[in-house]
Amino acid sequence: MTEATAEEYSPTNAPPLTKEQALSNLQSPDLSLRYYAAWWLGKFRVRSPAVVDALLAALEDETDRTEMGGYPLRRNAARALGKLGDLRAVPGLIKCLQCSDFYVREAAAQSLAMLKDKRAAQALMQLLEPGVAAAVQVPGRPHLTQPYEAILEALGAMGATEAIPLIEPFLEHPMPRVQCAAARAMYQLTRDFCYGEYLVKMLDSSNLQLRRVALADLGAIGYMPAAEAIAAAKVENSFKLLALKGLLEHQLQQESQGLFLTADAIRVMNLMDSLL
Amino acid sequence: MTATTQQLIRSVAEADSPAQMTAAVKKLAAAKDEAAIPTLIAVFGYNNPEAAAAAVAGLIALKEAAVPYLLAQIDDYNYGARAYSIRTLAAIADPRALEVLLASAVNDFAPSVRCAAAKGLGNLQFCKLDPPQRQTAQTKALETLLLVSQDPNWLIRYAAVVGLEALAKIPQLQQPIQTRFAQILATDTEQAICARVQLAQKLGIEDKLQTEN
Repeated sequence: MTEATAEEYSPTNAPPLTKEQALSNLQSPDLSLRYYAAWWLGKFRVRSPAVVDALLAALEDETDRTEMGGYPLRRNAARALGKLGDLRAVPGLIKCLQCSDFYVREAAAQSLAMLKDKRAAQALMQLLEPGVAAAVQVPGRPHLTQPYEAILEALGAMGATEAIPLIEPFLEHPMPRVQCAAARAMYQLTRDFCYGEYLVKMLDSSNLQLRRVALADLGAIGYMPAAEAIAAAKVENSFKLLALKGLLEHQLQQESQGLFLTADAIRVMNLMDSLL
Repeated sequence: MTATTQQLIRSVAEADSPAQMTAAVKKLAAAKDEAAIPTLIAVFGYNNPEAAAAAVAGLIALKEAAVPYLLAQIDDYNYGARAYSIRTLAAIADPRALEVLLASAVNDFAPSVRCAAAKGLGNLQFCKLDPPQRQTAQTKALETLLLVSQDPNWLIRYAAVVGLEALAKIPQLQQPIQTRFAQILATDTEQAICARVQLAQKLGIEDKLQTEN
C-alpha cells in the first residue's frame, strides 16, 4: 500500500473555514489559499456538486506551478476528489493519469482506487503496459517512472480481473513495496491465498517500513489467516490495530446482517483487545 | 539484593546490542526479585520492544510490589515508555493506579497510553478497597469510561468499550453501561465499534446465565 501522503495540516491546527469560504478561496489569486482550500474540502469531506465542480476545474489549473514544473493545486484537488466519493470526478481523474507531474498521477490513481470505478481500468492498465523493465527510478527524483503502487492498488480495488496478466509480473519487481502492491491486487482479483501468504512473509522483513506496508496491505484485503501473524508482527501496536480493524470490517461485511458475530470476528476482536 | 540479581542487573546495563538486552532482561525478569523492579521499568525507555515486553511480563509477575515503583517512575517525556507503564499497571489491576489511569485515559496526548488506561479502568480490583472508597472509585471509573467512549478517535472508543465490558461485571454499574452500549449501537458509524459492543453484550448475557444457574 502506498504510504499516506504526509498531510501538511491536521484538523487540530487547521484554520477553520466554512464551505462557502473554501469554495471562494479555491478561486483566490492567493495560491496558498487555493491550495489549502482544496485540501480542506477533501479532509472534511464537504460533499456537494458545487465543490466537485470547483475541484474538477482545479484539476486543469495552470497557474500554480513548482520550479520543477509540478502542479500543487492539481495534486490536492485530485486527492480531495477521491475522498468525496462523487463518480463525476472519474473522467477528470483519468485525464490526470497523463499529467507530466508524477504526484498528480499518483494522487489520481489513489483517488481512483477509492472510487473503484471500472471506467478507469483501461487508462490504469495502459500505464502498466511497458512492463516491469520500464518501472525504474527517474534519475534525480525519489520516485519511479509511474506511481506503480497506487496503480496496482487501484486495479485490485476496482476488481479489474482483465489486468491480471499485467499485474502479475510486478510480483518480481526489484522493490519489495511494489511487490506488496502487486500481491495485494492479485489477492483481491483471484482470492488465491498464496498472495496473502506472500504478504504474511513480508511481515518478517528486517525493514520496519516494509513490515508496516505489508501489515496495511493485509488489513486492506481483510486476509483472515493473517490475524495472529499481524498481532505478533514487530510493528507498533497502533498499526496492528488498524490492520486488524480491516480484517474485522471485512469479516463483518460477509456476515448476514450482523446479528451474530462469527468465530472469526470474535477471534480478531480478542487479538485487538490484547494489543490495547 | 542477592548477588545473582546484582549480576543480572549489571548484564542489562552492559548489554551492547538489542538482542543481548532482550536476553538480559528476560533473565532478570525470571529472577522474580523485587530488587529488579527499577531496572525493569527503566527498560521501557530503551526503544527495544522485545526487551520491554519481557520487562512488562516480569513486572506483572511481581504484582503489587511493582505498583509504587511503576507509579513513581512514569516517564512524562517518552510516551512509548509511558504506554508500557500504563499497560503493566492495568494488568496488575491494583486500585492504587486508579488516579493515574483516570488522568491518562482522558488527558494523555498519546492514543496508545489512553487506550491502555481505558482498558485498565475496567479491570481494577475494586474489592481491595473499603466499601465507601470502593463505590467512589467505581463511579469515577464509570464516568471516565462513559466520557472516553465518545472520543472522536475510533481506537479510543474501542478501548472504552473493552473497559466498560469489564466494568459491567459490577452489578450496580450494569444499567448505565447497557444504556450506553445501546446508544453506541444506534449512533456509532464504525462497524468495528458496534461489533465490539455486540461482543460485550453477548459476553454479559453469558455471564448472567452462568451466575443464575
